[in-house]
Amino acid sequence: MTQLALVIDLNVCVGCHACVTSCKEWNTAGAAGPLTDQNSYAKDPTGTFLNRVQTFEVGEYPDTQTVHFPKSCLHCEDPPCVPVCPTGASYKRPEDGIVLVDYDKCIGCKYCAWACPYGVRELDQQQKVMTKCTLCVDRIYDATLPERDRKPACVLACPTNARLFGDIHDPASGVSAAIRENGGYALMPEWGTHPANHYLPRRKTQFRIHPDELKRIDNPLKVDGKLPKPAPGEPALDDVTSW
Amino acid sequence: MRPAWSVILLTTLIGAGQGLFLALYAIEVIAAAGVLATPGRMFYVAGAVLALALLAAGLLASFFHLGRPERAWRSSAKWRTSWLSREVIVLPAFMGAVFVYGVVHHLQAGERISLWIGAAGTVLCLALFVCTAMVYACLKFLQEWHTTLTPLNYFLLGTASGFTLATPLAALTAPGASKELAIAALALGALAYLGRLAALGRNARLRPKSTLATAIGVKHPRIVQKAQGFMGGSFNTREFFHGRTRETVRFVRWVFLALIFPAPALVLAFSDDTAVLLAVAFALQYAGLLAERWYFLAEANHPQNLYYQAIS
Repeated sequence: MTQLALVIDLNVCVGCHACVTSCKEWNTAGAAGPLTDQNSYAKDPTGTFLNRVQTFEVGEYPDTQTVHFPKSCLHCEDPPCVPVCPTGASYKRPEDGIVLVDYDKCIGCKYCAWACPYGVRELDQQQKVMTKCTLCVDRIYDATLPERDRKPACVLACPTNARLFGDIHDPASGVSAAIRENGGYALMPEWGTHPANHYLPRRKTQFRIHPDELKRIDNPLKVDGKLPKPAPGEPALDDVTSW
Repeated sequence: MRPAWSVILLTTLIGAGQGLFLALYAIEVIAAAGVLATPGRMFYVAGAVLALALLAAGLLASFFHLGRPERAWRSSAKWRTSWLSREVIVLPAFMGAVFVYGVVHHLQAGERISLWIGAAGTVLCLALFVCTAMVYACLKFLQEWHTTLTPLNYFLLGTASGFTLATPLAALTAPGASKELAIAALALGALAYLGRLAALGRNARLRPKSTLATAIGVKHPRIVQKAQGFMGGSFNTREFFHGRTRETVRFVRWVFLALIFPAPALVLAFSDDTAVLLAVAFALQYAGLLAERWYFLAEANHPQNLYYQAIS
Protein backbone atom coordinates (compact mmCIF):
# COMPACT_ATOMS: atom_id res chain seq x y z
CA MET A 1 0.00 0.00 0.00
CA THR A 2 1.22 3.45 -0.85
CA GLN A 3 1.39 6.21 1.74
CA LEU A 4 2.57 9.46 0.28
CA ALA A 5 4.05 11.86 2.79
CA LEU A 6 6.41 14.72 3.37
CA VAL A 7 9.62 14.38 5.32
CA ILE A 8 10.74 17.72 6.71
CA ASP A 9 14.37 18.17 7.64
CA LEU A 10 14.53 20.57 10.58
CA ASN A 11 18.29 20.50 10.28
CA VAL A 12 18.26 22.51 7.07
CA CYS A 13 14.99 24.47 7.27
CA VAL A 14 15.90 28.15 7.46
CA GLY A 15 12.36 29.41 8.11
CA CYS A 16 12.08 31.43 4.89
CA HIS A 17 8.32 30.72 4.41
CA ALA A 18 8.85 29.95 0.71
CA CYS A 19 6.83 26.75 1.18
CA VAL A 20 4.02 28.76 2.77
CA THR A 21 3.70 31.25 -0.08
CA SER A 22 4.19 28.61 -2.74
CA CYS A 23 1.49 26.46 -1.15
CA LYS A 24 -0.91 29.37 -0.95
CA GLU A 25 -0.17 30.41 -4.53
CA TRP A 26 -0.74 26.95 -5.98
CA ASN A 27 -3.70 25.93 -3.87
CA THR A 28 -5.67 29.16 -3.97
CA ALA A 29 -5.76 28.76 -7.74
CA GLY A 30 -5.95 24.97 -7.82
CA ALA A 31 -8.59 22.38 -7.00
CA ALA A 32 -8.39 23.19 -3.27
CA GLY A 33 -9.03 26.88 -3.74
CA PRO A 34 -9.82 29.59 -3.30
CA LEU A 35 -8.07 30.03 0.02
CA THR A 36 -9.56 33.37 0.89
CA ASP A 37 -8.12 36.24 2.90
CA GLN A 38 -10.03 38.83 4.90
CA ASN A 39 -8.87 42.34 5.77
CA SER A 40 -5.70 41.71 3.77
CA TYR A 41 -4.65 45.34 3.90
CA ALA A 42 -6.50 46.44 7.02
CA LYS A 43 -6.40 45.84 10.74
CA ASP A 44 -6.39 42.19 11.86
CA PRO A 45 -5.67 40.52 8.54
CA THR A 46 -6.55 36.84 8.44
CA GLY A 47 -6.72 34.11 5.87
CA THR A 48 -6.62 30.43 5.08
CA PHE A 49 -3.28 28.71 4.73
CA LEU A 50 -2.61 25.01 4.40
CA ASN A 51 0.96 25.30 5.58
CA ARG A 52 2.59 27.43 8.26
CA VAL A 53 6.16 27.86 9.41
CA GLN A 54 6.65 28.46 13.11
CA THR A 55 9.74 29.25 15.10
CA PHE A 56 10.76 27.86 18.46
CA GLU A 57 13.72 28.55 20.66
CA VAL A 58 15.15 25.55 22.44
CA GLY A 59 17.41 25.88 25.45
CA GLU A 60 18.56 28.75 27.60
CA TYR A 61 20.65 31.67 26.45
CA PRO A 62 23.42 31.48 25.36
CA ASP A 63 22.99 27.78 24.61
CA THR A 64 19.99 28.11 22.35
CA GLN A 65 18.93 26.57 19.10
CA THR A 66 16.39 28.21 16.82
CA VAL A 67 14.12 25.59 15.32
CA HIS A 68 12.04 26.59 12.32
CA PHE A 69 9.10 24.26 12.19
CA PRO A 70 6.93 23.91 9.06
CA LYS A 71 3.49 22.54 9.93
CA SER A 72 0.86 21.15 7.59
CA CYS A 73 -1.50 18.16 7.59
CA LEU A 74 0.46 15.05 8.55
CA HIS A 75 -1.79 12.67 6.58
CA CYS A 76 -2.04 10.33 9.57
CA GLU A 77 -2.26 6.63 8.89
CA ASP A 78 -4.98 6.48 11.55
CA PRO A 79 -6.51 9.95 11.10
CA PRO A 80 -8.76 10.97 14.03
CA CYS A 81 -10.43 13.62 11.84
CA VAL A 82 -11.91 11.11 9.38
CA PRO A 83 -14.24 8.90 11.48
CA VAL A 84 -15.80 11.88 13.30
CA CYS A 85 -16.96 13.55 10.07
CA PRO A 86 -20.76 13.16 9.95
CA THR A 87 -21.05 13.53 6.17
CA GLY A 88 -18.07 11.57 4.90
CA ALA A 89 -16.59 14.76 3.42
CA SER A 90 -13.34 14.05 5.25
CA TYR A 91 -11.74 10.90 3.90
CA LYS A 92 -8.45 9.10 3.43
CA ARG A 93 -7.70 7.85 -0.04
CA PRO A 94 -6.95 4.12 0.07
CA GLU A 95 -4.73 4.24 -3.01
CA ASP A 96 -2.13 6.73 -1.75
CA GLY A 97 -3.09 7.57 1.84
CA ILE A 98 -3.78 11.26 1.24
CA VAL A 99 -6.38 12.72 3.65
CA LEU A 100 -8.74 15.01 1.75
CA VAL A 101 -11.92 17.05 2.23
CA ASP A 102 -14.71 16.89 -0.33
CA TYR A 103 -15.80 20.52 -0.46
CA ASP A 104 -19.15 19.58 -1.97
CA LYS A 105 -20.06 17.42 1.04
CA CYS A 106 -18.54 19.49 3.87
CA ILE A 107 -21.15 21.22 6.04
CA GLY A 108 -18.59 23.33 7.93
CA CYS A 109 -19.35 21.90 11.38
CA LYS A 110 -15.66 22.13 12.40
CA TYR A 111 -15.84 18.81 14.23
CA CYS A 112 -12.86 17.42 12.28
CA ALA A 113 -10.77 20.41 13.37
CA TRP A 114 -11.71 19.65 16.97
CA ALA A 115 -10.66 16.06 16.39
CA CYS A 116 -7.21 16.96 15.01
CA PRO A 117 -4.58 17.35 17.77
CA TYR A 118 -2.19 19.14 15.41
CA GLY A 119 -4.39 22.10 14.44
CA VAL A 120 -3.72 21.79 10.74
CA ARG A 121 -7.25 22.18 9.43
CA GLU A 122 -8.52 25.68 8.76
CA LEU A 123 -12.10 26.64 8.03
CA ASP A 124 -12.22 29.02 5.10
CA GLN A 125 -14.13 32.11 6.18
CA GLN A 126 -15.67 32.68 2.75
CA GLN A 127 -16.26 29.17 1.44
CA LYS A 128 -17.38 28.00 4.92
CA VAL A 129 -15.84 24.59 4.38
CA MET A 130 -12.86 22.94 6.01
CA THR A 131 -9.60 23.21 4.10
CA LYS A 132 -6.40 21.30 4.56
CA CYS A 133 -3.19 20.23 2.84
CA THR A 134 -3.93 18.03 -0.18
CA LEU A 135 -0.30 17.09 -0.83
CA CYS A 136 -1.06 18.93 -4.09
CA VAL A 137 -3.08 15.96 -5.29
CA ASP A 138 -4.06 18.04 -8.36
CA ARG A 139 -0.42 18.37 -9.31
CA ILE A 140 1.47 15.19 -8.38
CA TYR A 141 -0.55 13.06 -10.83
CA ASP A 142 -0.73 15.65 -13.61
CA ALA A 143 0.72 13.90 -16.65
CA THR A 144 0.94 17.18 -18.58
CA LEU A 145 3.65 18.40 -16.19
CA PRO A 146 7.25 17.28 -16.62
CA GLU A 147 8.13 14.38 -14.32
CA ARG A 148 10.33 16.53 -12.08
CA ASP A 149 7.47 18.98 -11.42
CA ARG A 150 5.04 16.33 -10.20
CA LYS A 151 5.69 17.17 -6.57
CA PRO A 152 3.85 19.31 -4.01
CA ALA A 153 4.35 23.04 -4.51
CA CYS A 154 6.05 23.40 -1.11
CA VAL A 155 8.64 20.77 -1.98
CA LEU A 156 9.51 22.45 -5.25
CA ALA A 157 9.76 25.86 -3.56
CA CYS A 158 12.10 24.90 -0.73
CA PRO A 159 15.49 26.49 -1.40
CA THR A 160 17.36 24.27 1.06
CA ASN A 161 15.72 20.99 0.06
CA ALA A 162 14.33 20.62 3.56
CA ARG A 163 11.16 19.01 2.24
CA LEU A 164 11.25 15.53 0.78
CA PHE A 165 8.26 13.87 -0.82
CA GLY A 166 7.60 10.21 -1.48
CA ASP A 167 6.07 6.92 -0.41
CA ILE A 168 7.05 6.09 3.17
CA HIS A 169 5.75 2.53 2.77
CA ASP A 170 8.29 1.80 0.06
CA PRO A 171 11.52 0.92 1.88
CA ALA A 172 13.53 1.80 -1.20
CA SER A 173 12.18 5.34 -1.48
CA GLY A 174 14.24 8.40 -0.63
CA VAL A 175 11.89 9.44 2.18
CA SER A 176 12.07 6.00 3.80
CA ALA A 177 15.84 6.11 3.65
CA ALA A 178 15.85 9.62 5.13
CA ILE A 179 13.61 8.55 8.03
CA ARG A 180 15.65 5.40 8.59
CA GLU A 181 19.08 6.94 8.38
CA ASN A 182 18.51 10.33 9.99
CA GLY A 183 16.30 9.48 12.95
CA GLY A 184 13.00 10.59 11.43
CA TYR A 185 10.17 10.92 13.96
CA ALA A 186 6.44 11.61 14.11
CA LEU A 187 4.70 14.39 16.08
CA MET A 188 2.70 13.69 19.25
CA PRO A 189 3.12 9.91 19.15
CA GLU A 190 1.10 9.71 22.39
CA TRP A 191 -2.22 9.87 20.55
CA GLY A 192 -1.65 6.90 18.28
CA THR A 193 -2.48 8.79 15.09
CA HIS A 194 0.61 7.47 13.26
CA PRO A 195 1.33 10.56 11.21
CA ALA A 196 2.66 9.80 7.74
CA ASN A 197 4.68 13.02 7.60
CA HIS A 198 7.93 12.72 9.47
CA TYR A 199 10.45 15.24 10.73
CA LEU A 200 14.22 14.84 10.70
CA PRO A 201 15.82 16.16 13.88
CA ARG A 202 18.49 18.81 14.23
CA ARG A 203 21.84 17.14 13.83
CA LYS A 204 25.24 18.43 14.83
CA THR A 205 27.14 19.05 11.63
CA GLN A 206 30.65 17.70 12.11
CA PHE A 207 33.46 16.93 9.73
CA ARG A 208 36.92 15.68 10.53
CA ILE A 209 39.86 17.67 9.17
CA HIS A 210 43.04 15.71 8.65
CA PRO A 211 46.36 17.58 9.00
CA ASP A 212 47.32 16.86 5.41
CA GLU A 213 44.18 18.66 4.30
CA LEU A 214 45.41 21.85 5.95
CA LYS A 215 48.84 21.91 4.25
CA ARG A 216 49.09 21.56 0.53
CA ILE A 217 51.65 19.07 -0.57
CA ASP A 218 52.55 19.14 -4.24
CA ASN A 219 53.07 15.82 -5.89
CA PRO A 220 53.02 13.85 -2.62
CA LEU A 221 53.90 10.51 -4.24
CA LYS A 222 56.67 11.99 -6.45
CA VAL A 223 55.61 10.04 -9.49
CA ASP A 224 55.07 12.70 -12.12
CA GLY A 225 57.95 15.07 -11.62
CA LYS A 226 58.15 17.77 -14.24
CA LEU A 227 60.50 16.69 -17.02
CA PRO A 228 63.06 19.17 -18.34
CA LYS A 229 62.12 20.87 -21.57
CA PRO A 230 64.48 19.80 -24.43
CA ALA A 231 66.80 22.53 -25.75
CA PRO A 232 66.21 23.75 -29.33
CA GLY A 233 69.02 21.61 -30.85
CA GLU A 234 68.24 18.45 -28.95
CA PRO A 235 66.16 15.75 -30.47
CA ALA A 236 62.47 15.93 -29.85
CA LEU A 237 60.39 12.95 -28.79
CA ASP A 238 59.89 11.86 -32.40
CA ASP A 239 63.65 11.62 -33.00
CA VAL A 240 64.48 9.40 -30.02
CA THR A 241 61.58 7.05 -30.03
CA SER A 242 61.32 4.11 -32.31
CA TRP A 243 57.62 3.71 -32.95
CA MET B 1 -12.05 25.75 23.16
CA ARG B 2 -14.17 28.72 22.18
CA PRO B 3 -17.70 28.07 23.43
CA ALA B 4 -20.19 28.48 20.60
CA TRP B 5 -23.66 29.68 21.56
CA SER B 6 -25.20 27.33 19.04
CA VAL B 7 -23.65 24.34 20.83
CA ILE B 8 -24.49 25.67 24.30
CA LEU B 9 -28.14 26.20 23.34
CA LEU B 10 -28.40 22.90 21.47
CA THR B 11 -27.12 20.76 24.35
CA THR B 12 -28.99 22.56 27.14
CA LEU B 13 -32.32 22.90 25.30
CA ILE B 14 -32.50 19.30 24.11
CA GLY B 15 -31.31 18.18 27.57
CA ALA B 16 -34.25 19.97 29.20
CA GLY B 17 -36.63 18.63 26.54
CA GLN B 18 -35.39 15.09 27.06
CA GLY B 19 -35.63 15.42 30.85
CA LEU B 20 -39.16 16.78 30.55
CA PHE B 21 -40.18 13.79 28.45
CA LEU B 22 -38.63 11.42 30.97
CA ALA B 23 -40.57 13.22 33.75
CA LEU B 24 -43.86 12.82 31.83
CA TYR B 25 -43.24 9.16 31.19
CA ALA B 26 -42.10 8.50 34.76
CA ILE B 27 -45.35 10.02 36.07
CA GLU B 28 -47.35 7.94 33.60
CA VAL B 29 -45.62 4.71 34.62
CA ILE B 30 -46.05 5.45 38.32
CA ALA B 31 -49.69 6.40 37.79
CA ALA B 32 -50.26 3.22 35.79
CA ALA B 33 -48.83 1.26 38.70
CA GLY B 34 -51.46 2.88 40.90
CA VAL B 35 -49.07 4.74 43.22
CA LEU B 36 -50.18 8.17 42.01
CA ALA B 37 -53.49 9.62 40.87
CA THR B 38 -53.62 9.62 37.06
CA PRO B 39 -53.05 13.19 35.86
CA GLY B 40 -55.35 14.69 33.27
CA ARG B 41 -54.39 14.48 29.62
CA MET B 42 -53.50 18.18 29.54
CA PHE B 43 -50.39 17.41 31.60
CA TYR B 44 -49.11 15.03 28.94
CA VAL B 45 -50.22 17.01 25.92
CA ALA B 46 -48.85 20.33 27.20
CA GLY B 47 -45.71 18.55 28.38
CA ALA B 48 -45.17 16.88 25.01
CA VAL B 49 -45.70 20.21 23.22
CA LEU B 50 -43.25 21.94 25.54
CA ALA B 51 -40.65 19.15 25.16
CA LEU B 52 -41.07 19.23 21.40
CA ALA B 53 -40.65 23.01 21.38
CA LEU B 54 -37.41 22.72 23.40
CA LEU B 55 -36.06 20.00 21.11
CA ALA B 56 -36.98 21.99 18.01
CA ALA B 57 -35.36 25.11 19.42
CA GLY B 58 -32.20 23.11 20.12
CA LEU B 59 -32.23 21.66 16.62
CA LEU B 60 -32.68 25.15 15.17
CA ALA B 61 -29.78 26.46 17.26
CA SER B 62 -27.54 23.69 15.95
CA PHE B 63 -27.98 24.95 12.39
CA PHE B 64 -26.22 28.16 13.35
CA HIS B 65 -23.13 26.13 14.09
CA LEU B 66 -22.81 25.04 10.48
CA GLY B 67 -20.94 26.92 7.79
CA ARG B 68 -23.20 25.35 5.16
CA PRO B 69 -26.55 24.71 6.87
CA GLU B 70 -28.22 23.94 3.53
CA ARG B 71 -26.22 20.70 3.41
CA ALA B 72 -27.17 19.62 6.95
CA TRP B 73 -29.10 16.64 5.56
CA ARG B 74 -25.79 15.07 4.56
CA SER B 75 -24.75 14.73 8.18
CA SER B 76 -26.70 11.50 8.71
CA ALA B 77 -24.39 9.61 6.35
CA LYS B 78 -21.58 8.35 8.59
CA TRP B 79 -23.54 6.97 11.55
CA ARG B 80 -21.27 3.92 11.62
CA THR B 81 -18.29 5.97 12.80
CA SER B 82 -19.43 9.44 13.88
CA TRP B 83 -21.27 10.22 17.12
CA LEU B 84 -22.32 13.54 15.59
CA SER B 85 -23.99 11.69 12.75
CA ARG B 86 -25.73 9.39 15.23
CA GLU B 87 -26.96 12.42 17.19
CA VAL B 88 -28.31 13.91 13.98
CA ILE B 89 -30.32 10.72 13.37
CA VAL B 90 -31.53 10.08 16.93
CA LEU B 91 -32.68 13.67 17.62
CA PRO B 92 -35.42 13.76 14.93
CA ALA B 93 -36.36 10.16 15.77
CA PHE B 94 -36.84 11.14 19.40
CA MET B 95 -38.79 14.24 18.36
CA GLY B 96 -41.02 11.97 16.32
CA ALA B 97 -41.57 9.73 19.36
CA VAL B 98 -42.45 12.74 21.55
CA PHE B 99 -44.85 13.97 18.88
CA VAL B 100 -46.59 10.60 18.63
CA TYR B 101 -46.65 10.39 22.44
CA GLY B 102 -48.41 13.78 22.60
CA VAL B 103 -50.85 12.81 19.86
CA VAL B 104 -51.67 9.49 21.54
CA HIS B 105 -52.46 11.35 24.76
CA HIS B 106 -54.41 14.04 22.93
CA LEU B 107 -56.56 11.44 21.20
CA GLN B 108 -56.72 9.38 24.40
CA ALA B 109 -55.88 6.32 22.37
CA GLY B 110 -55.39 4.21 25.43
CA GLU B 111 -52.88 3.67 28.20
CA ARG B 112 -51.38 0.55 26.64
CA ILE B 113 -50.39 2.35 23.46
CA SER B 114 -49.04 5.42 25.23
CA LEU B 115 -46.96 3.27 27.59
CA TRP B 116 -45.39 1.47 24.63
CA ILE B 117 -44.77 4.70 22.71
CA GLY B 118 -43.30 6.18 25.88
CA ALA B 119 -40.99 3.18 26.32
CA ALA B 120 -39.72 3.60 22.77
CA GLY B 121 -39.32 7.33 23.42
CA THR B 122 -37.34 6.62 26.59
CA VAL B 123 -34.94 4.36 24.70
CA LEU B 124 -34.45 7.05 22.05
CA CYS B 125 -34.11 9.70 24.78
CA LEU B 126 -31.32 7.79 26.53
CA ALA B 127 -29.65 7.10 23.18
CA LEU B 128 -29.74 10.82 22.43
CA PHE B 129 -28.09 11.64 25.77
CA VAL B 130 -25.33 9.15 24.95
CA CYS B 131 -24.87 10.46 21.38
CA THR B 132 -24.78 14.12 22.44
CA ALA B 133 -22.26 13.51 25.19
CA MET B 134 -20.09 11.12 23.18
CA VAL B 135 -19.59 13.82 20.54
CA TYR B 136 -17.34 15.39 23.19
CA ALA B 137 -16.27 12.37 25.24
CA CYS B 138 -14.93 10.43 22.24
CA LEU B 139 -12.18 12.99 21.50
CA LYS B 140 -9.42 11.36 23.49
CA PHE B 141 -6.91 14.19 23.37
CA LEU B 142 -9.43 16.63 24.80
CA GLN B 143 -8.67 15.11 28.18
CA GLU B 144 -11.20 17.26 30.07
CA TRP B 145 -14.00 15.67 28.01
CA HIS B 146 -12.65 12.16 27.58
CA THR B 147 -14.27 10.59 30.64
CA THR B 148 -17.40 8.60 31.47
CA LEU B 149 -18.41 11.55 33.67
CA THR B 150 -19.24 13.49 30.49
CA PRO B 151 -22.16 11.27 29.36
CA LEU B 152 -23.19 10.82 33.00
CA ASN B 153 -23.38 14.57 33.58
CA TYR B 154 -25.15 15.27 30.30
CA PHE B 155 -27.76 12.73 31.35
CA LEU B 156 -28.08 13.92 34.96
CA LEU B 157 -28.06 17.66 34.23
CA GLY B 158 -30.53 17.32 31.36
CA THR B 159 -32.85 15.06 33.33
CA ALA B 160 -32.69 17.29 36.43
CA SER B 161 -33.58 20.40 34.40
CA GLY B 162 -36.44 18.54 32.69
CA PHE B 163 -37.87 17.40 36.01
CA THR B 164 -37.57 20.96 37.37
CA LEU B 165 -39.46 22.18 34.31
CA ALA B 166 -42.12 19.52 34.82
CA THR B 167 -42.97 20.84 38.31
CA PRO B 168 -44.59 24.16 37.24
CA LEU B 169 -46.30 22.25 34.44
CA ALA B 170 -47.72 19.81 36.97
CA ALA B 171 -48.70 22.67 39.31
CA LEU B 172 -50.86 24.02 36.46
CA THR B 173 -52.22 20.83 34.94
CA ALA B 174 -51.75 17.98 37.43
CA PRO B 175 -51.49 19.36 40.98
CA GLY B 176 -51.36 15.85 42.43
CA ALA B 177 -48.00 15.12 40.86
CA SER B 178 -46.30 18.44 41.55
CA LYS B 179 -44.88 17.53 44.94
CA GLU B 180 -43.46 14.19 43.76
CA LEU B 181 -41.89 15.85 40.73
CA ALA B 182 -40.29 18.51 42.91
CA ILE B 183 -38.76 15.84 45.14
CA ALA B 184 -37.50 13.93 42.09
CA ALA B 185 -36.09 17.17 40.64
CA LEU B 186 -34.26 17.85 43.91
CA ALA B 187 -32.83 14.32 44.04
CA LEU B 188 -31.70 14.41 40.41
CA GLY B 189 -30.29 17.91 40.86
CA ALA B 190 -28.26 16.74 43.83
CA LEU B 191 -26.92 13.76 41.86
CA ALA B 192 -26.10 16.00 38.90
CA TYR B 193 -24.32 18.41 41.22
CA LEU B 194 -22.20 15.60 42.66
CA GLY B 195 -21.40 14.36 39.16
CA ARG B 196 -20.37 17.82 38.03
CA LEU B 197 -18.23 18.34 41.12
CA ALA B 198 -16.57 14.99 40.46
CA ALA B 199 -15.79 16.09 36.90
CA LEU B 200 -14.39 19.42 38.15
CA GLY B 201 -12.19 17.60 40.65
CA ARG B 202 -10.95 15.17 38.04
CA ASN B 203 -10.14 17.90 35.56
CA ALA B 204 -8.32 19.97 38.17
CA ARG B 205 -5.87 17.10 38.60
CA LEU B 206 -5.35 16.44 34.88
CA ARG B 207 -1.88 16.59 33.44
CA PRO B 208 -1.68 17.35 29.74
CA LYS B 209 -0.25 14.39 27.84
CA SER B 210 1.09 16.57 25.05
CA THR B 211 3.84 19.09 25.63
CA LEU B 212 5.84 21.33 23.34
CA ALA B 213 8.51 18.62 23.38
CA THR B 214 6.17 16.05 21.83
CA ALA B 215 4.47 18.69 19.67
CA ILE B 216 7.64 19.53 17.78
CA GLY B 217 9.61 16.44 18.72
CA VAL B 218 12.54 18.14 20.40
CA LYS B 219 13.55 16.50 23.66
CA HIS B 220 14.33 19.51 25.78
CA PRO B 221 12.70 20.81 28.94
CA ARG B 222 12.84 24.42 27.84
CA ILE B 223 11.19 25.25 24.52
CA VAL B 224 9.68 28.68 23.87
CA GLN B 225 7.68 29.64 20.83
CA LYS B 226 9.03 32.73 19.11
CA ALA B 227 6.70 32.96 16.12
CA GLN B 228 3.50 31.20 15.09
CA GLY B 229 3.96 32.01 11.43
CA PHE B 230 1.57 34.93 11.04
CA MET B 231 0.86 38.23 12.75
CA GLY B 232 -2.94 38.36 12.36
CA GLY B 233 -5.38 35.76 13.63
CA SER B 234 -6.36 32.52 11.97
CA PHE B 235 -9.00 29.86 12.39
CA ASN B 236 -6.63 28.12 14.81
CA THR B 237 -6.25 31.15 17.08
CA ARG B 238 -10.00 31.83 17.11
CA GLU B 239 -11.64 28.43 17.37
CA PHE B 240 -9.55 26.87 20.12
CA PHE B 241 -9.14 29.71 22.63
CA HIS B 242 -12.02 31.03 24.72
CA GLY B 243 -10.35 34.44 24.77
CA ARG B 244 -11.43 35.29 28.34
CA THR B 245 -9.36 35.95 31.39
CA ARG B 246 -8.81 33.28 33.98
CA GLU B 247 -10.90 35.34 36.41
CA THR B 248 -13.87 35.34 34.03
CA VAL B 249 -13.70 31.57 33.63
CA ARG B 250 -13.48 31.11 37.39
CA PHE B 251 -16.42 33.49 37.85
CA VAL B 252 -18.52 31.48 35.41
CA ARG B 253 -17.70 28.35 37.38
CA TRP B 254 -18.96 29.92 40.61
CA VAL B 255 -22.08 31.13 38.81
CA PHE B 256 -22.99 27.70 37.51
CA LEU B 257 -22.08 26.02 40.80
CA ALA B 258 -24.56 28.34 42.51
CA LEU B 259 -27.28 28.14 39.87
CA ILE B 260 -27.47 24.56 38.65
CA PHE B 261 -28.52 23.16 42.02
CA PRO B 262 -28.38 25.30 45.22
CA ALA B 263 -30.51 28.19 43.94
CA PRO B 264 -33.31 26.14 42.32
CA ALA B 265 -33.21 23.73 45.26
CA LEU B 266 -33.89 26.58 47.68
CA VAL B 267 -36.77 27.81 45.55
CA LEU B 268 -38.19 24.30 45.16
CA ALA B 269 -37.85 23.52 48.87
CA PHE B 270 -39.58 26.68 50.02
CA SER B 271 -42.10 27.11 47.23
CA ASP B 272 -45.76 26.62 47.96
CA ASP B 273 -46.36 24.79 44.69
CA THR B 274 -47.28 27.95 42.81
CA ALA B 275 -46.39 27.61 39.15
CA VAL B 276 -44.64 30.97 38.98
CA LEU B 277 -42.18 30.18 41.75
CA LEU B 278 -41.51 26.74 40.29
CA ALA B 279 -40.94 28.31 36.89
CA VAL B 280 -38.44 30.67 38.52
CA ALA B 281 -36.61 27.60 39.84
CA PHE B 282 -36.34 26.25 36.31
CA ALA B 283 -35.24 29.63 34.93
CA LEU B 284 -32.47 29.81 37.53
CA GLN B 285 -31.37 26.27 36.80
CA TYR B 286 -31.43 26.79 33.04
CA ALA B 287 -29.32 29.94 33.38
CA GLY B 288 -26.91 27.85 35.45
CA LEU B 289 -26.86 25.18 32.74
CA LEU B 290 -25.95 27.79 30.11
CA ALA B 291 -23.01 28.84 32.29
CA GLU B 292 -22.14 25.19 32.95
CA ARG B 293 -22.04 24.36 29.24
CA TRP B 294 -20.00 27.49 28.52
CA TYR B 295 -17.51 26.42 31.15
CA PHE B 296 -17.50 22.82 29.90
CA LEU B 297 -16.50 23.99 26.43
CA ALA B 298 -14.08 26.69 27.58
CA GLU B 299 -12.36 24.38 30.05
CA ALA B 300 -11.15 21.95 27.38
CA ASN B 301 -7.58 22.70 26.44
CA HIS B 302 -6.87 21.54 22.90
CA PRO B 303 -3.32 20.25 22.26
CA GLN B 304 -3.18 22.31 19.08
CA ASN B 305 -2.90 25.39 21.31
CA LEU B 306 0.69 24.35 21.95
CA TYR B 307 1.47 25.56 18.43
CA TYR B 308 -0.11 28.97 18.98
CA GLN B 309 1.53 30.37 22.11
CA ALA B 310 3.24 33.46 20.72
CA ILE B 311 2.44 35.70 17.76
CA SER B 312 6.02 36.70 17.08
